[in-house]
Amino acid sequence: MRRVPRFVLHALLAVFAILLTGPVAFAQQPLRIGIVTLISGPAAGPFGVPARNAAELTAEMLNAGTVPAPYTQKGFGGRPIELVIIDENGGPQKQVAEFRNLVPRVDIVIGYISSGDCLAIAPVAEELKKLTILFDCGTPRIFEDASYKYVFRTGPTGTMDNVSVALYLVERFPNVKSFAGINQNYAWGQDSWADFEGAMKTLRPGVEVKTSQMPKLFAGQFGAEITTLLGSGAEVIHSSLWGGDLEGFVLQGAPRGLFEKHKVILSAGEPAINRLGARIPDGTILGARGPFGPFAPDTELARWLKTAYADRYQVPPNYASFKMAQAILGVKAAYEKAKGGGSDEPDQDKIIAAFENLTFEGPGGTVKMALGKGHQAVMDAAVGTTKVQNGQLTIVDVARYPADKVTPPDGVKSDAWLKSGLKK
Amino acid sequence: MNNILSVAFDGIVYASWLFLMSAGLTLIYGVMRILNVAHGSLYALGAYAACSLAGAWLTAGLPAAGSFAMLLAAAILVGCVFGPLLERGLLQWMYGKDEVVLVLITYAVFLIMEDVIKLVWGVDSMLLPEPYALPGNFMLGGLAYPVYNLIIIAIALVTGLALAFALHATRRGKLLLAVIHDREISMAMGIDIGRVYLATFALGATLAALGGAFTAPTVAVTPGIGVEVIVLAFAVVVIGGLGSLSGAAIGALLVGLVRSATVRYWPEAELFSIYAVMAIVLIARPKGLFAAQEARKI
Repeated sequence: MRRVPRFVLHALLAVFAILLTGPVAFAQQPLRIGIVTLISGPAAGPFGVPARNAAELTAEMLNAGTVPAPYTQKGFGGRPIELVIIDENGGPQKQVAEFRNLVPRVDIVIGYISSGDCLAIAPVAEELKKLTILFDCGTPRIFEDASYKYVFRTGPTGTMDNVSVALYLVERFPNVKSFAGINQNYAWGQDSWADFEGAMKTLRPGVEVKTSQMPKLFAGQFGAEITTLLGSGAEVIHSSLWGGDLEGFVLQGAPRGLFEKHKVILSAGEPAINRLGARIPDGTILGARGPFGPFAPDTELARWLKTAYADRYQVPPNYASFKMAQAILGVKAAYEKAKGGGSDEPDQDKIIAAFENLTFEGPGGTVKMALGKGHQAVMDAAVGTTKVQNGQLTIVDVARYPADKVTPPDGVKSDAWLKSGLKK
Repeated sequence: MNNILSVAFDGIVYASWLFLMSAGLTLIYGVMRILNVAHGSLYALGAYAACSLAGAWLTAGLPAAGSFAMLLAAAILVGCVFGPLLERGLLQWMYGKDEVVLVLITYAVFLIMEDVIKLVWGVDSMLLPEPYALPGNFMLGGLAYPVYNLIIIAIALVTGLALAFALHATRRGKLLLAVIHDREISMAMGIDIGRVYLATFALGATLAALGGAFTAPTVAVTPGIGVEVIVLAFAVVVIGGLGSLSGAAIGALLVGLVRSATVRYWPEAELFSIYAVMAIVLIARPKGLFAAQEARKI
């Protein structure tokens, strides 16, 4: 009788081992997380796709247990996570329908870049009783105008962006007498301008507003607006433009001397660094909607995200990537706190209870769920100035502002806080 | 005085850009009775093709001035490939259907093309700033303006004059005018309508791509740029009168100047100003400023 070849025996042993261990390995159902981000449309390039990339990278590395401390445990408390990715493009009405379809398919939803989408989704999440984490949208109205049990936001509000750039400006140019603005004519642009104008009038009473340009969203061409700004006599120009509009504004304004003649503030300018690089003129004041991207503190978590993201996607992660990774890590922290040392998976109410008022570490630094009855994050702010060195754009003269200096106290609305003189 | 000068110049620059977009749209409607929503996609394709061609030219280290030729080449390439492809491959099977059905068909093409563009070029913006900065600036009323703006005005002027000449002073142009005036009689007189349609659509597509190609150096070319353009071009064409080339020119100038003045003196109303012009014109002349009077057919 011929002997059975050794490799066949090895193969049989391997199959036997898999059959024995398989039921144990696959017993745990993955936690399904719905990720909603702009995968198409003009905001996909600067925000949506970098956020999706960060979500995929973070989920994969969490499942492999290769994210640094305090997130070394695999998945969420040892339970693997699985992403269901949905396109946010199409407007609030479409997103509400998409959200209703998504809710039965997932355990948790993380998403939404547009403030309009966030305002529409929050009450529906409450109605459907689904834990929903808003990761990027900036409007402070979410938790200032309503109170939610099932909705959290792990990124700071837009008020912080504009108060921090105003503080940065008046510290460096204490005698500033006039300013102008160019912001998109929709909620984000209008709110940003109102916050900056309010902060400036509080910090420098008597400061003059020369002009407030409000071009249409995605207008792309700003010839007449740049002419008006150049002729306005304003010392400072504030802009919360983003994406293609921001890039077009820089490309059209820089050759005409706009950035030389005026001190220009780009409050949400950080994502343009990867696209425009050294084309952003020296001396431009830049914000990143929080301590993200080049403003991130030098921590192991920040280094992890920067290295792993750049290795995989060949570009540095921008603030949208940071905020998505931060949201996922925040939910993980809440999940594991709710689970404690036990072996049972926590239910949604336990995760919510653990998430309220939680303090956790993200790649942008410490995040405190301090506003909106413990549902709205606050973080330190960071602002810097551009400088081209050896052909590369760098950020110099970075200033950091504690969270309580750039955000209103809990229960106080942003506009009232600005009018009150930023009182604590 | 300087303010009025800058408002007028900015208005003329914007009008030139609008005219490039709306000339092709109104020509196609005049001849074929198709309100071509896919015009926005052809504009976007022109912009993307210009970024790719001129970008490759500059990356190869060839003389920067040659990038202008690449912009023109991109427009012609897009117009001559996608114009006939759409007309022969799709639209020729739809003639005779209701105008609303044709709008829906071209809208479907627009949506498909948006995704095709995303598949080919991705979602990141494309930048081609070199041709914009290359000719430098000139001073007007104490403010710096890019010479590139003068190039846009020149292209619009040359395009408008060439179209007017071709339509009114050449045999083929007169054949086209005959088709605009009465398609059935033209067919009865032996005009090959199919060829006229093909040539018109290819020309219209090239004009859209020309607008996109020469806009590319001034903006970030991003997914969705065709949407913004098609809405504005529709407004201009409706103000001027559907199918009227001179109407498109006057409509573009009117919108350009009103927008520029609004940006200067009442910036909050910029979004509203273009549609205010359209509403006022349509109240006074429901078919637009230069719409041809149609003979009643029995």
